[in-house]
Amino acid sequence: MVAYDRVETDVLVMGMGGAGLRAALEIVSRNLKVVLVSKSLLGKAHTVMAEGGIAAAVANVDSKDSWQVHFSDTVAEGVYIGDYRMAEILAKEAPERVYELERYGALFDRTPDGKIMQRAFGGHTYRRLCHVGDKTGLEMIRTLEDRVLHTGNAKLLDETVITKLLACNGSVCGAVGFSLRTGKFIVFECKAIIVATGGLGRIYKVSSNSHETTGDGIAMAFEAGAELRDMEMVQFHPTGMVYPPGVRGLLVTEGVRGEGGLLFNTKGERFMLRYSPEKKELDARDVVARAIYHEIQNGNGTEHGGVYLDITKKGAAFIRKKLPGMYEQFKEFAGVDITKEKMEVAPTVHYFMGGIRVEPETARTNVNGLFAVGEAAAGLHGANRLGGNSLADILVFGRRAGISAATYAATSVAPKLDYREAEAEISRINSFIDEAGRGSTNPYEIIDELRDTMSSKVGIIRNGKDLNSALQTITVLKERAKSVTVKGGVRFNQGLLGCIEMEKMLLVAECVVRSAIYRKESRGAHTRSDFPNKLKEWKLNIICARNGSKIDLSTVPVPEMPEELNALVKPEVYA
Amino acid sequence: MKAENKKEEGAKTGRTRKFKVYREDPTDGKGGEYQEFDVQVEEGMVVLDAITYISQRVDPTLAVRWNCKAARCGSCSAEINGVPRLMCKTRVDTIDGTITVGPMRAFPLVKDLVTDVSSNYEIEKLMPEFKPKEGISSPWRMNEMDVGRSQEFRKCIECFLCQDVCHVVRDHHAAYIGPRHVVKAASLDMHPLDTLDRSEWLTADGGLGYCNVTKCCQDVCPEHIKITDNAIIPEKERSADSLYDPIISLFRRFSKGKADRKQ
Repeated sequence: MVAYDRVETDVLVMGMGGAGLRAALEIVSRNLKVVLVSKSLLGKAHTVMAEGGIAAAVANVDSKDSWQVHFSDTVAEGVYIGDYRMAEILAKEAPERVYELERYGALFDRTPDGKIMQRAFGGHTYRRLCHVGDKTGLEMIRTLEDRVLHTGNAKLLDETVITKLLACNGSVCGAVGFSLRTGKFIVFECKAIIVATGGLGRIYKVSSNSHETTGDGIAMAFEAGAELRDMEMVQFHPTGMVYPPGVRGLLVTEGVRGEGGLLFNTKGERFMLRYSPEKKELDARDVVARAIYHEIQNGNGTEHGGVYLDITKKGAAFIRKKLPGMYEQFKEFAGVDITKEKMEVAPTVHYFMGGIRVEPETARTNVNGLFAVGEAAAGLHGANRLGGNSLADILVFGRRAGISAATYAATSVAPKLDYREAEAEISRINSFIDEAGRGSTNPYEIIDELRDTMSSKVGIIRNGKDLNSALQTITVLKERAKSVTVKGGVRFNQGLLGCIEMEKMLLVAECVVRSAIYRKESRGAHTRSDFPNKLKEWKLNIICARNGSKIDLSTVPVPEMPEELNALVKPEVYA
Repeated sequence: MKAENKKEEGAKTGRTRKFKVYREDPTDGKGGEYQEFDVQVEEGMVVLDAITYISQRVDPTLAVRWNCKAARCGSCSAEINGVPRLMCKTRVDTIDGTITVGPMRAFPLVKDLVTDVSSNYEIEKLMPEFKPKEGISSPWRMNEMDVGRSQEFRKCIECFLCQDVCHVVRDHHAAYIGPRHVVKAASLDMHPLDTLDRSEWLTADGGLGYCNVTKCCQDVCPEHIKITDNAIIPEKERSADSLYDPIISLFRRFSKGKADRKQ
């Protein structure tokens, strides 16, 4: 007999970052029941790490800005494989979502005439990022958290791990998980599920992401039959910390360059003038990341394997006001005073453009009742994401996913959940702590090897040989993963969490590697030394779909834009 | 100067350091004790690195709460050699001798280093929400200087270390909501377009009067928010102003008594 609690709701929201919280507000306002779950504590989701700002063409600083220019920047910098309809929705709706957040109580930095201040960011034609110093994400999540707490009608189950989604007759009907605090298993019964679990940055060794970003939601949606797209598109942020080793990968906000920071190699050369004479330090992230990578490869890097980022000329008062987080971060972790000294930086894994394939208007997946939003979803960013577009994404599409899921739940009949399937999953999770029957592999050995492999073989510049070798390693690791085991109970057991995250990470990493092998060209964040050119025949999206225990890959063409939108975007150029 | 730093760090690398980590599972009633672990120290290592090493490689049953490992999320609050600090922001090479790591003592223990901080969210629910002036034309205009005052408090990462260090919260925790929540109230009260005054609520329901301004909270704040100087004292002053205003005082006497507060 397996013991568990039962939780019934209309909509289950997985993830308490900005997207999940914003979605929940819509569900509550429609008088439906909503339960939110997250692995971490309320208010600790990866959104708190967002620094530079939220992109919205409110045109407070540059009056020429408009949704049309924001749309065009997003499509062009996504190298023309993004979903144009999502880009259009984002560009049109982001300003209202920013003002709405202000009405909820968020306080943005101001222009001299009292409007919301905007800063320059890579790939944005105009100064477009509304911000709160370098802690924009914190202000956003706190404002939404407050709002959700005060609605009183959302049930918040933080520190709860979901391990499997349950589907009945092609529609989702529930999920299985457990509470880290109580160790009790929970079976959720619901009509709709929103996956707002963020990305998978921690499948890499060097990443700017919170440690809970292990791709769980994407993996579980895939296992439930949802299609994934663009999984090969991994954004390396150009500037992560490199020293000391314990903080390697920690984000250095693009805001530093937005506020005037310049990049130098060890020869003292401002090398971006060579790589990108026009946009220089503020070119798109893939361009700047590759430039830094090449400088380091060519022996122009520091002893810790970085280049220099210098903002000292702006003066101490300015830096401490506009970049307080960076000042503190370098002072505390590296003993560097960025008002007087240069920072050492190198690219770090930051964001996954790929994820669950969704309908642009509704955030629906191909599985009935299953919705996805934010970094867990895909389409908006194409082959490269613009800074600030992810914070806009979680508000714009968080709201839309909430509305769609609520509408779906209100009009659909709850499918009958098969409790035997739920109980089988609970037994499976329990068997990780059954020390008798399995092997004795520590899940973190496998996780570490996966991370090393991803960082060394599926990096900024890829090639077929390394990618195939990474795939082989993953195949071996999957086999070894069958013998993982941990001791102890369910409550706050880091080892058990490791077992669960390991499975999800291996699955999403395999999707990344297989998609990267499949795309035989270089486009946006995906650069292959064996296929260095961008190719017209690859203006496609790669789709991963589950076929039993296998991953099927296929391609779909990028839909043609309607004439009025096409006219806004500069035409794609092939060499 | 920089080279010297590096040399010193290098000298401390590769050594083993002794960590004493608190272990207790309140559900088994066996009480708690400190368990010793030797951990290899690397350059620039923080206390959280040692703790996650233990929980991932030595003993997975060691309960610990952490997430960003970048001093941004405020999850890994603990008492390190008795001082409330973030584990991810405490460099091992800044501490001599054995490093003792225990849970925050102001909160009920869940297991080992993890405490139940959910009371903070219950208090947050009771805090009067942001209430902007009505009828102001959108988009709103606010002065950067005015915004800045409130923004100091919005740096709070809800690590609850200030709650932990506060002797009033620790010893009489039913009486005072604690520094974090005064900071929250101040962040709303000092919003340029907010119309409420939460100081009375803080005094009547929040027990602000119990705070005797020892400034311990602002000493431990990892975001360096001047909790006492800029939030608690101004809120106390505002509350005193309204308490000693004869008309408001009379009104208060005939309206509600002290409301029950959920702890």
